[in-house]
Amino acid sequence: MRLLKNGEFFEDTWLTLDNEEAVPQGADILVSAERLQAEFGTLMLHNGRLGVVVANDRAVDDIADYLEVIDTVVLEFPSFTDGRAYSQARKLRGSLKFRGGLRATGNVLPDQLAFMRQCGFDTFEVNGRFGLDVWQRAVTAMTLTYQGGYVPDRGFAPADVWSARAGNADDTLRSDFEEIWTA
Amino acid sequence: MSGKILTANRVNDGDVVFFTSDHQWSLRISDALFAEDEAVLELLEDQLRLAETGTEVTDAYVFDAEKFDGVLRPRHIRERIRTLGPTVRADLGKQSNGTGGAFSAVS
Amino acid sequence: MYRYDEFDHRFVRERVGQFRDQVERRLGGELSEAEFKPLRLMNGVYLQLHAYMLRVAIPYGTLSSAQMRRLAEIADTYDKGYAHFTTRQNVQYNWPKLKDMPDLLDDLADVEMHAIQTSGNCIRNVTTDQWAGVAADEVADPRPVCELLRQWSSLHPEFSFLPRKFKIAVTGAPRDRAAVAVHDIGLRMHVNADGARGWEVLAGGGQGRTPMIAITVREFLPEAELLGYLEAVMRVYNLHGRRDNKYKARIKILVHELGADAFRAQVEAEYAKLGSPTVDVEQRELERISAYFAPPVYDELDETCVPFELAKNENREFAWWVKSNVSAHKVSGYAIVNISLKPTGGIPGDATSQQMFVVADLAEQYSHAEIRVTHRQNLVLPDVRLSDLYTLWIELNSAELATANVGLIGDIVACPGLDYCALATARSIPIAQDVSERFEDLKRQHDIGSLTINISGCINACGHHHVGHIGILGLDKKGEEFYQITLGGSSDENASIGTILGPGFAGDQVADAIETIVETYLGLRADDEPFIETYRRVGAKPFKEALYETA
Ligand code: SF4
Repeated sequence: MRLLKNGEFFEDTWLTLDNEEAVPQGADILVSAERLQAEFGTLMLHNGRLGVVVANDRAVDDIADYLEVIDTVVLEFPSFTDGRAYSQARKLRGSLKFRGGLRATGNVLPDQLAFMRQCGFDTFEVNGRFGLDVWQRAVTAMTLTYQGGYVPDRGFAPADVWSARAGNADDTLRSDFEEIWTA
Repeated sequence: MSGKILTANRVNDGDVVFFTSDHQWSLRISDALFAEDEAVLELLEDQLRLAETGTEVTDAYVFDAEKFDGVLRPRHIRERIRTLGPTVRADLGKQSNGTGGAFSAVS
Repeated sequence: MYRYDEFDHRFVRERVGQFRDQVERRLGGELSEAEFKPLRLMNGVYLQLHAYMLRVAIPYGTLSSAQMRRLAEIADTYDKGYAHFTTRQNVQYNWPKLKDMPDLLDDLADVEMHAIQTSGNCIRNVTTDQWAGVAADEVADPRPVCELLRQWSSLHPEFSFLPRKFKIAVTGAPRDRAAVAVHDIGLRMHVNADGARGWEVLAGGGQGRTPMIAITVREFLPEAELLGYLEAVMRVYNLHGRRDNKYKARIKILVHELGADAFRAQVEAEYAKLGSPTVDVEQRELERISAYFAPPVYDELDETCVPFELAKNENREFAWWVKSNVSAHKVSGYAIVNISLKPTGGIPGDATSQQMFVVADLAEQYSHAEIRVTHRQNLVLPDVRLSDLYTLWIELNSAELATANVGLIGDIVACPGLDYCALATARSIPIAQDVSERFEDLKRQHDIGSLTINISGCINACGHHHVGHIGILGLDKKGEEFYQITLGGSSDENASIGTILGPGFAGDQVADAIETIVETYLGLRADDEPFIETYRRVGAKPFKEALYETA
């Protein structure tokens, strides 16, 4: 598995730890929400980056208290038709005001990438099946959206129809997108 | 005589097709490979699995049929309607152009 | 009616382009059927019994003459010269080819139409009162809000992969012609003591295998809060709706399992956390949309029209048609004309391309070029002068569009059933044809009065049999079709779910059974009491006795 972020592929250097597994010094680690809650006292002192994996039947409110020290939240799409993580992401970015990394894992496919980005995901765990061009085409197919509030503040985003109608020039210009894809 | 037939819809136009003895997909049930024994049925099931990943047909499945005087006829009304066309529009579907079958949907 | 601006146009064109790409990837083998299916469904493309089927959205049931003409052209170019109007105010083509689909969608986009979200586990086409904007009893035209919801729900990034499909119905009138109580969300307009507009929000209604009447979540929601509140409802459903069993995945099951109070509390808690809605619409956008629905300029006309009255007196058939198919308009001297797509022995909801061209022309000539589609599979010309009714009737007659049975026993709703539908357990259309032939006599139909028959070809209930005064459900018993009859359903402001009478009937016994039910009613009714009221007064017992115990 590799990561898609900012229009490029990266090797995934994060370690996903089982609940029992010892924490390696200095590594960037992902732990379950349960472990985060149980061991927060020690985990917060860890000298690498700390991320948490939240299952999609779990309330993201459960990790609200820890968000300040968390670098990355990982949300799961067991199948691309299971859309719970869209709402989890929206809550994290919205009422919980989380500004760290938000990674989608599981059945992540090009045709859903735009929706995921609009809901606030910025990193995508993908296999090698699709080239960068396919991902880019999928994200840039629609240059307009009616859901302005979902437009992310980084990377390519469709322009907000309602705001454009209200005369906000920024929103009409946003659709010159090619270079923004990699921003 | 009863047996099984493998059917599917063609991907590009949606037409109902049947798997034939020369391993093609035909619009006519009369061309269908009629599986009356285990060996042929296994072949149909292999082809079904192949069809699922291919691009020519979709939604493949096997249904029960019977053969009288050389005429293949699906056992269930659903498959008979699917093979002939809507019972309320004789002018539409396979029944309208002679590719249906020599049987009635409802009896 | 609403007109696209440059943004709406571009949005729909880009969506067609995106689908064109997806179809090419499917035909080229890059996408498997498993991956492609949810994508085609989001564009209204099904695979049915004989072929693909395309469902085109008719937002809130409103069409222009130009749009109707294009629908007819599409029927001729890509299909077999006809189309089927559905119980959700949409239109379906039964034979299009997948490879033609992108071109077909481009042709639709030319006239500001699309098939976005007419299927799939997303927010479907919003439906409303077919008489919106012209009904005599209306508080206000609900269509500006419907259009707002159409835009708000189109390719919604958060709510496109819900546990199950999601249907919203809206009414602006106290007489509910939109069946809001049997939708996932129903919205009913009210005006409060200060004269401000707001919406009663209902949730958890539905049909299918577990029919339920919706609960009221909020009695009165100020209009400005609508999108935020809907976001909260949708989020609660998206996160907590069941995904382990597709038959328990609709919001009605969540509402039922949590209980009305707990569901309400969850929604309110989510709404409180929201702060402000993610999609915020300025009042001026709603005003911009509303301007498109400003009433047309009506002539000042008298309430009565002498030549019209004379024609009624002279021509009994015309008089019948007026009685059943013409309804009160809010403007004096005008009428609402309901066009029956239920000729005796016909296929409910089907129209030939020729008939569609005729309706388009007549709308242009007599009704401000506007047409409505009803959830009872009929059409409406909303703005006809009384003085034009007779000529219009003659012209409808010559196109076989003047059957005088709207709201009567011959106006049968039937889903496509086993003649077309891959999910069906029995045929629906032949049953509708049988019953309508049995009650062919118009005088008898008018004597029986208001009575709805709804037929579904399987438990999915697309024919809305649960809410028909008489409901008929087609099932399969060891390869034989048989039909279960329910009585007492209704989808209006006093919505109720029908009760199963007893064992089912073979297909050729259904018309007899319906006749027995009708004769029993005629023997029991007091004066002009409609069927549903008699049923509510006497209950199922006399009907059961007549059907099962007389032998
Ligand atoms: S009710 Fe059943 S048979 Fe009828 S259209 Fe719906 S799914 Fe098909």
